[in-house]
Amino acid sequence: MEYRWGFVTDVDSDDAPKGLSEDTVRFISAKKEEPEWLLEWRLKAFRHWLTLEADDAEPTWAKVKYPKIDYQDMIYYSAPKKPGDGPQSMDEVDPELLEAFDKLGVPLHEREKLAGVAVDAVFDSVSVATTFADQLEKLGIIFCSFNEAVKNHPDLVKKYLGSVVPYTDNFFATLNSAVFSDGSFAYVPPGVKCPIELMTYFRINTEGSGQFERTLLIADKDSYVSYLEGCTAPIRRTSQLHAAVVELVALDDAEIKYSTVQNWFPGTKEGVGGVYNFVTKRGRADKNAKISWTQVETGSAITWKYPSVILRGDNSVGEFYSVALTNNHQQADTGTKMIHLGKNTKSTIVSKGISAGFGQNTYRGQVKIMPGAENATNHTQCDSLLIGDKCGAHTVPYIEVQNPTARLEHEASTSKVSDDQLFYLMQRGISEEEAHHMIITGWSRDVIKELPFEFAMEASQLLKVSLEGAVG
Amino acid sequence: MLEVTNLHARVVDVEDGEILKGLNLTIKPGEIHAIMGPNGSGKSTFANVLAGRIDYEVTDGDIKFEGESILETPADERAHKGIFLAFQYPAEIPGVRPWQFMKAALDAKHESSGEKKLSVREFSKLFDSKVAEVKINPDLMKRSLNEGFSGGEKKRNEMLQLAILEPKLAVLDETDSGLDVDAMRIVADAVNGLRSPDRSFILVTHYNRLLNHIKPDVVHVLANGQLVETGGPELAVEVEREGYKRFLEEHVPANA
Ligand SMILES: Nc1ncnc2c1ncn2[C@@H]1O[C@H](COP(=O)(O)OP(=O)(O)OP(=O)(O)O)[C@@H](O)[C@H]1O
Ligand SMILES: [Mg+2]
Repeated sequence: MEYRWGFVTDVDSDDAPKGLSEDTVRFISAKKEEPEWLLEWRLKAFRHWLTLEADDAEPTWAKVKYPKIDYQDMIYYSAPKKPGDGPQSMDEVDPELLEAFDKLGVPLHEREKLAGVAVDAVFDSVSVATTFADQLEKLGIIFCSFNEAVKNHPDLVKKYLGSVVPYTDNFFATLNSAVFSDGSFAYVPPGVKCPIELMTYFRINTEGSGQFERTLLIADKDSYVSYLEGCTAPIRRTSQLHAAVVELVALDDAEIKYSTVQNWFPGTKEGVGGVYNFVTKRGRADKNAKISWTQVETGSAITWKYPSVILRGDNSVGEFYSVALTNNHQQADTGTKMIHLGKNTKSTIVSKGISAGFGQNTYRGQVKIMPGAENATNHTQCDSLLIGDKCGAHTVPYIEVQNPTARLEHEASTSKVSDDQLFYLMQRGISEEEAHHMIITGWSRDVIKELPFEFAMEASQLLKVSLEGAVG
Repeated sequence: MLEVTNLHARVVDVEDGEILKGLNLTIKPGEIHAIMGPNGSGKSTFANVLAGRIDYEVTDGDIKFEGESILETPADERAHKGIFLAFQYPAEIPGVRPWQFMKAALDAKHESSGEKKLSVREFSKLFDSKVAEVKINPDLMKRSLNEGFSGGEKKRNEMLQLAILEPKLAVLDETDSGLDVDAMRIVADAVNGLRSPDRSFILVTHYNRLLNHIKPDVVHVLANGQLVETGGPELAVEVEREGYKRFLEEHVPANA
């Protein structure tokens, strides 16, 4: 499927002027009616970013190529869209997008929201959302936009913002800290198991929150939450550079399951345009806590992300399950970091990279066992699948062990869809395209099965749609 | 049902790769033919060419199925027409469940014939009953297709697929090799159970043993890329007793 969902909207007068300066940061903070402490935090980040830029500290170690980004040639704040700006009914929606919904199996009740149909027209989904909001409130779960959290729960934000990804962390995280627009916030109180997948019914929530999203999720002691980010449907993104930050805090005995499906504009077949996605995601796992990252990455021209876990509590568990697909001229450099600090900490990494067309796919992963991490274990499995002979797959593991009791296993493989497999399926009457799809989703199964059930089907369809034209 | 005339086929990527050198074979509806032949004589190649594997190129001759040439028909459409190949070495497909695989296969068949697809419930019922019929360990069905299956388990799984898809022409490529006595009986039962006036079978085998359970109408010997001799069940007995020496000596290929 060609990606046709990208159009240029009129620039409202509410937008920040082009370029990045202290004034831009102040402008954003003022627009958001933020308290002084947050403005100060942003400014500190901005000043730090200036030093990084002066030092030319934009990271260059990843195996991705792109023209130099001019940070003064960008708009850092656009006013949120007003209801009524978008199409008024499904009849006005781009038929190609509707077709994409069909192919992906996006539930009917979500299509209107995803297509940006004016909210007033969407009674059903609004009431669905409200029902769940009530349910969450009764349990004491806070789930709202980042801006609302700053206003209504400043103590929580103040306590945890930057506690996992400090504003000095890296070039893109620092930039995000200075200019982030909005994002999501969730807090689950002690002992509470969140009964729904956060976001499945709110998928659209982050729409309009712009290119510098900031997400903060806190699972208090002995709580559980499963959070879903993104969407299989090709959602319009007008800006090219995206630098998001996600911070997860899992206190003692808590568990966070964080799933991502990313299908942003990958650029044209010829490799023109497409989103640059530079993301910093990290979680902190306290005693007996567990953090599990699952991602299906099929979009963006460039993907640069390493969802990580700091296993600082004894017996804590970190998991990373990833399928990254690069077709045409897409480039992905993705993986994880598992930093073992506590005793008996355990991490699991399953990375599946699929390269087709001229796609370049790199797994980059770090496993670090610190001196105090007695009996830490890691299992890494890292598989690449090549479709065609013009694409590339690369595996770059970094392993650092400072405690002799650690046990690490690393398995890696590179394969192609074999003629024997294809012929076997086709001999049973399955079409060539469907056969490829079956083999590829089967190959990715260890990751897909980690996704929330209702989303796994869509993700599998997404792999198929993303590979159209590359196979058969 | 099947009419193969002067079939010449070669391996696409290999020079001088001609393997089938003028093979002729006619099978009527309801008939069971056995093909025997030394290792490397081209039995599996013939089965694959029949099923439409693109690694082989037909350079001369024709294959007609139900009166129509299928040389230009891709493998999946040949399957829809009712050609089934039980593989000598079935492929392993990681992450794909046998259930899911067979549902997709049967759906494709129904779609092409314009029949209604089975619902998940209907298919599950059918699947479970066939699993019981071919006495395959149900635990295997929870694994990936053929992955880690023993040789015999793979063959039973092929029989399961045969029983579900109910093809018109089934080619069993050494399905009896590596089977224990009980499994052999299951294969025989599966074939005998599906035997009907409008369904035909080709049994590729090295052993008369299978043919004691399934009585073939015709037995062929394939040597040097041709069917060099055709007879009744007694031919299989001779092969088992005497080997292929006589056939190889009598039929030195013209170009050798
Ligand atoms: N794809 C291929 N590439 C190269 N050579 C091939 C290919 N397929 C078949 N051959 C060769 O063709 C000949 C016939 O092979 P085939 O597998 O058809 O034999 P067979 O009669 O089935 O033997 P067996 O009894 O051992 O199963 C062999 O010499 C084999 O090596
Ligand atoms: Mg063979």
